[in-house]
Amino acid sequence: MTTLTATDLSKTYLLRDGLRFSRLHAVQDVSFELSPGRTVALVGQSGSGKSTIAKLLMQLETPTSGSLLLDGEPIGRRGRALAAYRHRVQMVFQDPFASLNPHHSIGHHLVRPLLLHERATRATVRGAAQDLLERVNLPADEEFMERRPHELSGGQRQRVAIARALAPGPSVLVADEPVSMLDVSVRLGVLNLLARLQQEEQLAMLYITHDLATARHFSDEIMVMFEGRVVERGPADDVILSPQQEFTRRLLAAAPEPGTSRRFLAEARRRGVPMPDHLADQEDLA
Amino acid sequence: MSVLTEKSAQIDEAEKEAPTRRKRPAATLVIGLGIVIVITLFGLVAPFFTQDPLAVSNDGMQGPSAAHLLGTTQTGQDVLAQLAHATRGSLMVGVIVAVLALFLSAFFGILGGYLGGWLDEVFSLFTNVVLILPGLPLMIVIGSYVEQRGLLLIAFVLAITSWAASARVLRSQTLSIRTRDYVHAARIAGERPWRIISVEILPNLLPVMSSGFVFALITAILGEAGLSFIGLGVVGTQTWGSMLFYAQNGQALTLGGWWWFVPPGFMIAALGAGLSLINFSIDAIINPRLRNAPANARRVRKAEKEAAA
Amino acid sequence: MSEPEEQIVTDLELVRSGTTDSAPAEPVLTVRDLDVVYEVARPVHAVRGASLTLHRGEILGLAGESGSGKTTLAYGLNQLHRPPARITGGSVTFHGRDDGDVDVLALEGESLRAFRWSRIAMVFQGAMNSLNPVISVRAQLEDVFTTHRPQMDPRERRHRSEELLRLVGVDPARITAFAHELSGGMRQRVMIAMALALDPELMIMDEPTTALDVVVQREILQEILRLRQELGFAVVFITHDLPMLLEISDRIAVMRHGEIVELDTAENLYFAPQHPYTRRLLGSFPSLTGSAGDFIRAGYAPEETR
Repeated sequence: MTTLTATDLSKTYLLRDGLRFSRLHAVQDVSFELSPGRTVALVGQSGSGKSTIAKLLMQLETPTSGSLLLDGEPIGRRGRALAAYRHRVQMVFQDPFASLNPHHSIGHHLVRPLLLHERATRATVRGAAQDLLERVNLPADEEFMERRPHELSGGQRQRVAIARALAPGPSVLVADEPVSMLDVSVRLGVLNLLARLQQEEQLAMLYITHDLATARHFSDEIMVMFEGRVVERGPADDVILSPQQEFTRRLLAAAPEPGTSRRFLAEARRRGVPMPDHLADQEDLA
Repeated sequence: MSVLTEKSAQIDEAEKEAPTRRKRPAATLVIGLGIVIVITLFGLVAPFFTQDPLAVSNDGMQGPSAAHLLGTTQTGQDVLAQLAHATRGSLMVGVIVAVLALFLSAFFGILGGYLGGWLDEVFSLFTNVVLILPGLPLMIVIGSYVEQRGLLLIAFVLAITSWAASARVLRSQTLSIRTRDYVHAARIAGERPWRIISVEILPNLLPVMSSGFVFALITAILGEAGLSFIGLGVVGTQTWGSMLFYAQNGQALTLGGWWWFVPPGFMIAALGAGLSLINFSIDAIINPRLRNAPANARRVRKAEKEAAA
Repeated sequence: MSEPEEQIVTDLELVRSGTTDSAPAEPVLTVRDLDVVYEVARPVHAVRGASLTLHRGEILGLAGESGSGKTTLAYGLNQLHRPPARITGGSVTFHGRDDGDVDVLALEGESLRAFRWSRIAMVFQGAMNSLNPVISVRAQLEDVFTTHRPQMDPRERRHRSEELLRLVGVDPARITAFAHELSGGMRQRVMIAMALALDPELMIMDEPTTALDVVVQREILQEILRLRQELGFAVVFITHDLPMLLEISDRIAVMRHGEIVELDTAENLYFAPQHPYTRRLLGSFPSLTGSAGDFIRAGYAPEETR
C-alpha cells in the first residue's frame, strides 16, 4: 500500500536553435496524489505534457522544480534508493511494438525484472514468470515463453508488457495510453485486465489517455491537461457530465457520440425503440 | 459457451501470427561467403604445399609451365608460391585492421552515444577530427619516417585512419536505439547501464557492425595494396601489394609477363567482390524490403502465369 | 470563445445531410467479388469476394481493424497494388459522370495514369507526413497540374492552387510555406486540397484523422463534409473508429478477415446490427455520457479477456 504524491511538478526543456535558446514549458505546477485502489486519469491531447508527467514519475527525466513523495518521504534518485523506488513504481508503455526488444524472448522480458528485484531465485524464476503470464491471461507454458515479440499480436504484447510491469511487485502503476495502439476490439479486454489487477493488488494507478470515454469509465478522478497545466480536475462523472472549463467542454463536444446526435435520436423516435446500449449488449458473462 | 464468446475466441485466435520459420540464405550471401572462404583456405593451406617463394632460379620471366604453374618472376621465383604467401599476408593485415577498427569505432561510437553528456561531446569531437585527417597522406608520412615497417605498424596505421566513419554511424544508431521504449523499459526495470548496452542495444547494432567490419576489411586490403605499390608497404612479409610492386619494378607489363601481376590483381578484385556481396546480404537483413522486393515480383509473375495457364 | 456545445455537435449533422434525404442517386462505382491475394510463402487471401456499390455523392464508411483488408480493398479500387499483392478475381467498374463505364482493372499504362487522381483520388494513411519536407506547398500543389494538365499555363496553375487552399480552409498566403511550418491539421487540409485538384468524382480517405487531436479531427471532418456538399463527390472513408463513421456516413461496410460481413445504412447498423462481429465492434466503444458502472462489471468472461 503506497501513496505517491506529486506537488507542483514542473519541467522546462532548454531548446537550442543554432546559438539561440528557447524554453519549452512542458509541465507547469502539476500536483496530484495516487492512492491504493484508486485510478487517476490524466487526459490531454498531444503536446499537453501528459507523457512528460509519465517520464517524471518514472525518473526518466528529473523535474525542474516540485517534489515527488512516496508515502511522505522524498523519492530516492540514486543507487539503492532508486532501486527501491523502481521496485514500487512501474509503467506500461503505449506502443506494444516498441516496448519489447525484438531480439529477446518473452521469457527474458519477465525473468530479468524478477531476478533484479529478487522476486525469485534462479531456480524458481521460470515458474514465477509463468505465474505472471497466467495472471494476464496468456498461455503459461515454455513454448510461449520462448516466442519472440513479433510472433505475438498487439494485444498479447501489451499483456506481456503488463506482466513485466507487475514482475517487481509494484504498488504504483503508470499506464501511458495502454490501449491507444491496440485494435479496437481488444481494448476493453486489456483495460478490464488492468482494472482487475488493480483490485487484486490495490494498486495506485495513473491512467494517461486522450480518450475521455475510457477515462470516465475506468477512473475515479480525472485531470484535464492543456499546454502543461491542469485546467480541470474532479471526480470522473463530474468532469464529464458537468464540465466547468471551456477547454473541457470543447474536448467533450469533439468526441464522436452517435448516442447524442439528433439524427439517431430522431431515428429512435421514428422506430419507436429506445436508444441501444451496445456496451450492455455484450452479454455472456460465463 | 455462447455464440458471441465463441466468435470472439475465433477473432482473437486469428490475431496470433504463425511463428516464423528459418529462411534460406540469399544467393548473394552464399556466393560471397564461398569466394571468401576459398581465398582464405588458399592463404592458410597452400603455403605448406608450394615451393619456396624466395628461391631464385635461372628461369626468369617464364610463362606458366608444368614446373611453375603460374610462371616465374624476373629472378626466377615461383609466382604461385609467392601468391600463396602473399594471400596469407594480405589477409592478416586485413583482419588485424578490421578488428582494431571495430573496437575503436565501438568504443568511441557506442559508449559516447549511450552515455551522452560531456563524454559524448568529447568522443564526438575526437571522432570528427580523426575523420577529416587525410588517410593516404598520413600513411605516407608515417611510412616514410619509420624504417622498420612491420606488419603490425602498417596495420595500426591503416586502422587509425579507418575507424572514424564507422564510429559516427554507430553513434547515431545508438542514439536512435537509446530512445526506444524497450531501452526505457529496461532502465525502469532497474538494469545497469553496461547491461543495457550489451544486452539491449548491441544485438540491434550487430548488422551495422558486421557491415562495418567487412567494409574495413576491404579498405584495409586495398589500402595496403596501394601503400605497397608506392613502396611504403610492409617490409618483410609478402602481400598482394608487394607482388604488384615488384612486378612493376621488374618491368612485367612491358615484358609481357602477365602471369606475375594478373594473379595478385585478380585476387584483390575477387576478395573485394566476395566481401561486397556479403555486405549486400547484410544490407538486406538490415532492410528487409531490399530482400523481399525481387522475390515478391517473381512470385506474382509466377502466380499470374499459373492463373493464365 | 464561447460557442455553445450544441452548435459544434449539430454542425456536422447540418453539413452531413445530403443524399439520404434526396432521391436515390446513380452508382459511381461498382465492385463485384473482388479478390486480392498476397503471394508470400503462405499466400494470404487479403480480400475475399468483396462486393459493394457506391452512389454519386454518397459517403460509405469502411470499418475494420488491422488485418481486415480495408486498405487492401481501397488500393484495389485504383490498381495501386505492388507485388506481392495481386488481384486474382472480380471487377471494379467506374461509372463516369459524362463518359460511361470504365473497367478499372483493365486499365494500364497511360490510360491508368490519366484515370488516377482525375476520376478517383486518394488521401493515404499518415498523409500529413507525406508532404515533401524540402519543397514548398506551392510546388507540390502545382506539381499535380504539371503532371495531369500540362497544357495549363503557369499563371493559371498558381491561381488554381491558391483557390484550392481557400477551398479547404487554408489561408492562400500560406502557399509558400514548407511542411514543417504547418500544423498537423493544416497539413492534412493541404493533402485533401491536392486530392481535390482535378475535381474527382470519388475520394478515398484512409484514416485521414487518426493522428490528429480530437478537436482538429472534428474540424477536418466538417471540412470533408462541407466539400462533399459543395462539389458532390462520393467518399469511401476508411477507419477503425466506428462512432465517427456512424456520425458522418450514409452507409457503412464492416470488414473482417478480408470479407465484408455487414453492409447497411448507418441507422440500421446502429439500431439493428446483424453480424456478431458488428455487435462486438459497436460494444467496444464505451459511451461518453451513458451509464458508467457497466464497463468494468459488464466486462468479459475470463476467456474473453484474451
